[in-house]
Amino acid sequence: MVENQRWLDVLAHLTLILGVAVVALPVYLAFVASTHDPSAFVSGLIPLLPGDAMGETYAAVLEGGVKSQMSVPILLMLKNSLIVALLIAFGKIVISILSAYAIVYFRFPFRQLAFWMIFITLMLPVEVRIVPTFKVVADLGLLNSYAGLSVPLIASATATFLFRQVFLTIPDELMEAARIDGAGPFRFFRDVLLPLSRTNIAALFVILFIYGWNQYLWPILVTTDEGFTTIVAGIKRMADVVDSEPLWNYIMATAVLAMMPPVLVVIAMQRLFVKGLVETEK
Amino acid sequence: MAAITIENLGKTYAGGATAVTGIDLDIRDGEFVVLVGPSGCGKSTLLRMIAGLEEITEGTVRIGGREVNRLEPAERDIAMVFQNYALYPHMTVRQNLSYGLKNRRMARAEITRRVDEAARILEIGQYLDRRPRALSGGQRQRVAMGRAIVREPAAFLFDEPLSNLDAKLRVTMRGEIRALQRRLGTTSVYVTHDQLEAMTMADRLVVLRGGRIEQVGTPLDVYRNPVSTFVAQFIGSPSMNLLPGVIDGGTLRLGGARFAGTGAAGPVTVGIRAEDLTIARPDAEGAMAAQLLTVEELGSQRLGYFDIAGERVVAAFPAGQVLRTDMALTVSPARLHLFDTSGCRIAA
Repeated sequence: MVENQRWLDVLAHLTLILGVAVVALPVYLAFVASTHDPSAFVSGLIPLLPGDAMGETYAAVLEGGVKSQMSVPILLMLKNSLIVALLIAFGKIVISILSAYAIVYFRFPFRQLAFWMIFITLMLPVEVRIVPTFKVVADLGLLNSYAGLSVPLIASATATFLFRQVFLTIPDELMEAARIDGAGPFRFFRDVLLPLSRTNIAALFVILFIYGWNQYLWPILVTTDEGFTTIVAGIKRMADVVDSEPLWNYIMATAVLAMMPPVLVVIAMQRLFVKGLVETEK
Repeated sequence: MAAITIENLGKTYAGGATAVTGIDLDIRDGEFVVLVGPSGCGKSTLLRMIAGLEEITEGTVRIGGREVNRLEPAERDIAMVFQNYALYPHMTVRQNLSYGLKNRRMARAEITRRVDEAARILEIGQYLDRRPRALSGGQRQRVAMGRAIVREPAAFLFDEPLSNLDAKLRVTMRGEIRALQRRLGTTSVYVTHDQLEAMTMADRLVVLRGGRIEQVGTPLDVYRNPVSTFVAQFIGSPSMNLLPGVIDGGTLRLGGARFAGTGAAGPVTVGIRAEDLTIARPDAEGAMAAQLLTVEELGSQRLGYFDIAGERVVAAFPAGQVLRTDMALTVSPARLHLFDTSGCRIAA
């Protein structure tokens, strides 16, 4: 049912352009703001074209030359975010793929119970259980550590479900053929399941990396040592200044830099990502 | 190369449902045995119990004299060909063939030799570097066969391997599998629900029904002497005609005709193969009045569907045979199959 009318085409494009504008305009403005001097954006007239201060702003931000607003160099914050995002993405993938493997392919006592326990965590994101989780993390002595930043965010049901669905679409015959071929549980997992879920792993990695990168509430709660500040939390701290105007050009430059890694991940893994979300060839 | 001995084999699921029960079967070394029956008769379960994919709850399976009840599938020295081929989609044909050998820690040179040999036998040499996705159904089937061959196992197990192929290819592959098996001389157990496949391929047929063995024998033996109305109707195409008759004082009354009958007096079921019915003069002895209903033209022969005393009966005639609406059909008394009311064959 493909309608081929000109005004429909125009309407469709207008809708898309509007959508893109809504999403992209703030990003563009952040970029524009980072290229002007600090006062340009609080004067009441918002410039729509990039200014000429781009080079010095970014150089200053990257070199950590804005001590008045940032006690932590931006490169350290980027490193922290990168470590946390990678830990969360890899940790989640490893844990979920293993638990999905157990749930789908093994018959053990209380399998259903285990399944429902995992299911229940869907209803309990970090924000809901933030106080008890904080207590546990504090008692474990994990405050101000990469483990404390990432471990509570790693356990999650969504990824387990994704892999469960993937495994359920893999025919049982394949497992039986592997058994006859002398592949034990570990070999079957390594030689058959992992390669067959390659695209799903990639798609999940992209989603989880961005999820980990964009964490805000948990990092500001669990870190007091500024050496563990992540970039997203850091931007907020930059804007919290007393007795002076926030340096919006620096803040926006930091925001633009903070957006880069997720964008790079998406671009680099785009093909696998789309494949993993839409492909169902087994 | 090995014989397979199955004694009193049974499978009961945890829920209490019984899939197969009381199976006794001796499969000789090098024999091609076909398990055949309607869906749900337990033929696949039986095969999977031999393979070790299904747990044995009763009885024993011996392969080459060795009891294998507790052994993993890989330790049973068997190879299996699956209905949906079960090729590893992410591996090339060569990797598919060598995976099982690699897991056995076989020397690389030996793996290469065996894979090349299998590829030569099956004529899949030019596909060795392709993925299964790039192959047609028939080619995938060959690869699945190849994976079984390279193992050089004591027995091949086939689980309806041809059911996903189109009719023409199925006939070709049927012949190829049989020729290959003869050449390798490997004991084979083959599951199918297709009686034609069973008839054409088997050294011996095992007809299963409701989890039990109904009859074991060579295809011709089963065709000529079915032990029950079930086997009579299941084996052979078109199905055997079954008519109600009565034995009374040494005479069998059937469709208004009389035949010299034997056995105890009482009602019986009479089986007649379509090709055993012949046209008779209406007043001849043993002639049954038959009204022609329809004719099926098969080219090589004509199938006439008749009404004989209210029963629908099919008869096969040579091509070009003239059929009229009102006719008389007869059958040689030696070609009658008599079954008692419970469906068991009455020994002639």
